Amino acid sequence: MAERSFAKEVQSLRLSAGAEFEGEGILAVTKALLQSGVGYVGGYQGAPISHLMDVLADASAILSDLGVRFESSASEATAAAMLAASVNYPIRGAVTWKSTVGTNVASDALSNLASAGVIGGALIVLGEDYGEGASIMQERTHAFAMKSQMWLLDPRPNLPCIVQAVEQGFELSEASNSPVMLMLRIRACHVVGRFRAKDNRRPAFTLQQAMDHPSRTFDKIILPPSTYAQERAKVEQRWPAAVKFIRDRKLNEYFGTDNACDVGIVLQGGLYNTVLRALERLGLADVFGATKIPLYVLNVTYPLLPEEFTTFAAGKRAILIIEEGQPEFIEQAASLFFRQADVQTRIVGKGPLPMAGEYTGAVVIAGIRKFLAEFGRLPAADIPLLPAAMLARNVPVRPSGLCTGCPERPLFASMKLLAREMGPMQVSADIGCHSFSTLPPFDLGGTIMGYGLGAAGGASFNVPNPRRALSMMGDGGFWHNGLTSGIGNAVFNRHDGVTIIVDNGYSAATGGQYIPSSSAEIKGRRGRNRIEAAVRGVGVEWVRTIRTYDMKQTMSVLREALLTKFTGPKIVIAEGECQLSRQRRVAPAIKALIGAGRRVVRERFGIDSEVCTGDHSCIRLSGCPSLTVKSNPDPLRRDPVAHVDNSCVGCGVCGEVAHAAVLCPSFYRADVIVNPSTWDRLKARLRSTVIGWLA
Amino acid sequence: MKRPRPITLTIAALGGQGGGVVTDWLVVAARKAGYFVQATSVPGVAQRTGATIYYLEFFARADAPGTQEPVMALMPNPGDVDIVVASEWMEAGRAINRGLVTKERTTLIASTHRDYTIGEKMALGEGRVSSRELFEIAAATAAKLIGFDMAQVADAAGGRISAVIFGGIAGAGVLPWQLEDYHHAIRESGVGVEASLSAFEAGRQAAVAAQAKPLSASAFAENQGIIDAADYRLEALSRPLRERIQERFPAALHELLGMGAARLSDYQDDAYAALFLHRLERVLAREAAKPAEPKLTAATARALALWMSFEDVMRVAQVKTRRGRAERIRREVRAGPNDLVQVREFVKPRVEEICGTLPVGLGRRILASTHARRWLGRLTAGRRISTSTISGFALLKGIAALRRLRRVTLRFHTENQRIEAWLVQIKQFAPRDYGLAVELAECQTLVKGYGDTHERGWSAFSRISALATRLAGDPQAARRLRELREAALADDSGAQLQRAVSLLPPSHAA
Repeated sequence: MAERSFAKEVQSLRLSAGAEFEGEGILAVTKALLQSGVGYVGGYQGAPISHLMDVLADASAILSDLGVRFESSASEATAAAMLAASVNYPIRGAVTWKSTVGTNVASDALSNLASAGVIGGALIVLGEDYGEGASIMQERTHAFAMKSQMWLLDPRPNLPCIVQAVEQGFELSEASNSPVMLMLRIRACHVVGRFRAKDNRRPAFTLQQAMDHPSRTFDKIILPPSTYAQERAKVEQRWPAAVKFIRDRKLNEYFGTDNACDVGIVLQGGLYNTVLRALERLGLADVFGATKIPLYVLNVTYPLLPEEFTTFAAGKRAILIIEEGQPEFIEQAASLFFRQADVQTRIVGKGPLPMAGEYTGAVVIAGIRKFLAEFGRLPAADIPLLPAAMLARNVPVRPSGLCTGCPERPLFASMKLLAREMGPMQVSADIGCHSFSTLPPFDLGGTIMGYGLGAAGGASFNVPNPRRALSMMGDGGFWHNGLTSGIGNAVFNRHDGVTIIVDNGYSAATGGQYIPSSSAEIKGRRGRNRIEAAVRGVGVEWVRTIRTYDMKQTMSVLREALLTKFTGPKIVIAEGECQLSRQRRVAPAIKALIGAGRRVVRERFGIDSEVCTGDHSCIRLSGCPSLTVKSNPDPLRRDPVAHVDNSCVGCGVCGEVAHAAVLCPSFYRADVIVNPSTWDRLKARLRSTVIGWLA
Repeated sequence: MKRPRPITLTIAALGGQGGGVVTDWLVVAARKAGYFVQATSVPGVAQRTGATIYYLEFFARADAPGTQEPVMALMPNPGDVDIVVASEWMEAGRAINRGLVTKERTTLIASTHRDYTIGEKMALGEGRVSSRELFEIAAATAAKLIGFDMAQVADAAGGRISAVIFGGIAGAGVLPWQLEDYHHAIRESGVGVEASLSAFEAGRQAAVAAQAKPLSASAFAENQGIIDAADYRLEALSRPLRERIQERFPAALHELLGMGAARLSDYQDDAYAALFLHRLERVLAREAAKPAEPKLTAATARALALWMSFEDVMRVAQVKTRRGRAERIRREVRAGPNDLVQVREFVKPRVEEICGTLPVGLGRRILASTHARRWLGRLTAGRRISTSTISGFALLKGIAALRRLRRVTLRFHTENQRIEAWLVQIKQFAPRDYGLAVELAECQTLVKGYGDTHERGWSAFSRISALATRLAGDPQAARRLRELREAALADDSGAQLQRAVSLLPPSHAA
């Protein structure tokens, strides 16, 4: 079970025509897929579309009722390649992932898909992880659309528009024989709203029909001379077909064009609400969308329609193009359109608006105001939007960190202690919860090269040297590609380094989805595929498995890996179940036991304030959220003392750290026996009586 | 007529506090109350303990003519937020920094409790940002500030902070909804309804009370807790010690010296406390002209009391076997009245600590012999002693009793020498550079902790005290010494101290 269950919400996927659907953006996307008669769905989790994968997994019953095949793909490349089913068959398929990272992974399949072309609608739903809340490097998906001639939808961020974009996306794909990408920004994925539902549709052509009547044509194969023909088809047939569809079906929208206004704004659909609010605050629009400044809203940001641009520009001195991210592809294209059509309207974009960074409300309103002031539509006087009041300084940053009781904490603490013993280490980090090893208090790992690429990122460091290089990898990244890109590569190239594979049993960072080595029984899938067997299968000879909570063992195995005379890749599988997932499993069970009057021992750690001297070494080795500080109760001491708050889950790391690092004797562990037995009570009474005498 | 606009609300929370739950409740309540609502969030990786932002807009259906629907923004805009809810005090600060709180329109509903950031917690000493300073800014920035400790309210009500936040929003009275609309949302969610309803009510009342009696700076005073320790007060002292303090020291010092002497009397005996006072009398004699404000004696007294009660094995055993500790632990771990609590101690004395408890000669001999060290080292593997068992408690109690013999131990001998040397240095500096003497007295703060931590602190201290002698005579000496001390506390690798030393004028750093 993933971190968030949508078991209740997915029932709304069954809604029929006319009913009002209420819910999150990604749930609406799922409903739209079903309304569009999709035949198969795949994808790979990652914010901001993790919930989409969770919804699909929780909706598997509904999907199979409709005859829709859903797969939790091994990677984005797998998901993209699934769309091959739409190349030769009129089956609609949809896949989803986090972009641009997932799109990078999927690129090989996407390029081939786009070259071959599709006859069944192929829709790629992308969570554009850009701006506040993003967890990846900041790039645009737009470039992928341009290089492969896939069409890019960027609809206005409200549920009816998003749902409509899904439906139109399939039609556009089929009309132009090209894959279509639907891009949703972070907030649009999570936006809660409503729309009028339609009936779900069973796929018109099923996968079974395809398998019964296989079809192929050589011109869909990625081999010359087909590839040359395919490139020509892209520009001579598919592109014009797409342009025609977009124009005829009016996918792009105009607002306020009735006003005689000599300036206008061109914007990506996804920015519509932000732009409208800015105009409303400037007194140029009302809250219902009536605007005095004409707007040309690009719900399709690729391909662009030159005649729509030139028509919009007619009679205007200038247009402002509001295009988030860099480079400014739309602005460049518009410049070309105007030059070729000899349109003299000025194009303004990056300048009043910044080249890099998210277009937040504050950025957009400042940009629009600057533009309108320049062209005389607003007074030039710059009215400050922010109060001149003094702003709080020194608000401490609050980076993400490992959860309370996380099994990765003792692993990094062990590595930190080893570094004290053996000197600093060359560490190549990876994507996942374990990326937080690069943050305080651990500060381990110099680079992150991509999901599952931790070991590959350390591949260069394979020269004879007494000190070995370390690399990290998560179990999610391992199954995604690390087994081949990292481990297989290390075997083949006789790498002498150490790779730690963090095995927490889930794709934890993305919300606790299952992966091939998850130990749970998963309906419709086969888990329990052991990492150690896989590693040995690609030829690794030196493999050790450790339990991270046992820091003594962890340190001694890592020490051995770093010092052994064995040459060749050394793999340490660091086991410890994701505590978040574990608590979700264990906490209700314990509560039930306690409720039933059964004897339960609850473990918790604590600190004697009088013994703690306020140096916080323990915190620098752990960083557990439940290990915090409080004012020193000792009137002579000033430094705050360490303190374990009530979120402690009794994982034991505090004690392990105190022992392994020979820290201090402040820690105690309290075993709270709930519903004690008679024997427990007798024993306790005797003990406390005698202790009472002694004390 | 005023043009209709949405009511805007931002929740600044920490991952795991349930900001998403509050958002869901608000959506349901808004619909019940006849409002269009749009909600969104930016969790991302921030859901793992980082700062998260939720944003909602509400628009009365009654204000929308015909079939028109409002276009609502997906992110809070500076200057355009009606309600900012911060589930933690520094998150209120972050919202202020983002410009979301404005004098014209923003009601700031903030929890006054702190959830310290890793940067604040990691510091080698005090690293916490001032809550009080933020209070001044918050009060000046918001149209209305409603502050109360949401964590405490949740705790007292036996519910989660999310329900208290929801109650706080209701109690603030900015949203023109009925109480029933909020209740409906909680009931609708169907999970832990009763607990949520009572925490909601507690939060609502707290918000109402916080408006009747607005938050003041005094809410952010350093609150002192209690320790198991015996009474560390002047009144608790034996009469001779008390009289000695009252007769020989200015009144401004009585309370402080009472605490110090009582601590040392508890630590060792009255004679030891008398030694403390004797040492301070000699410092007092070097005080500068203002005897009513004996800054040097005060600084030295505090530091000396702590240093003289250095944490050796006997002290730890004494503290761990105090009366009342078991009860305090029961409270800390929230044991129910019928629950039993068994306590295990994590003690791991090193060879050095064990030798420290031996008589001077023997301890030194063992430390000098690799053979004996190795043999003793085998006995020092981590021990988990249960103070809830008779044998475990008796063992620690026995070790604690050994403190009567403390004066013959190697550790006592070592610390005593160090203290004497430090006092000599303070007394030397006092007449020539009073400020330098005070700063040196404060340097005791570097020497704390156990094992490696203690050694690291001691080496920083000895380095700085050696430099102090070289600095003497420099008009900037006191400032320089303070900077060195702060540098030593900046990290535990000694890098900052090294840097600070390298920045000293060449004549000093030689």
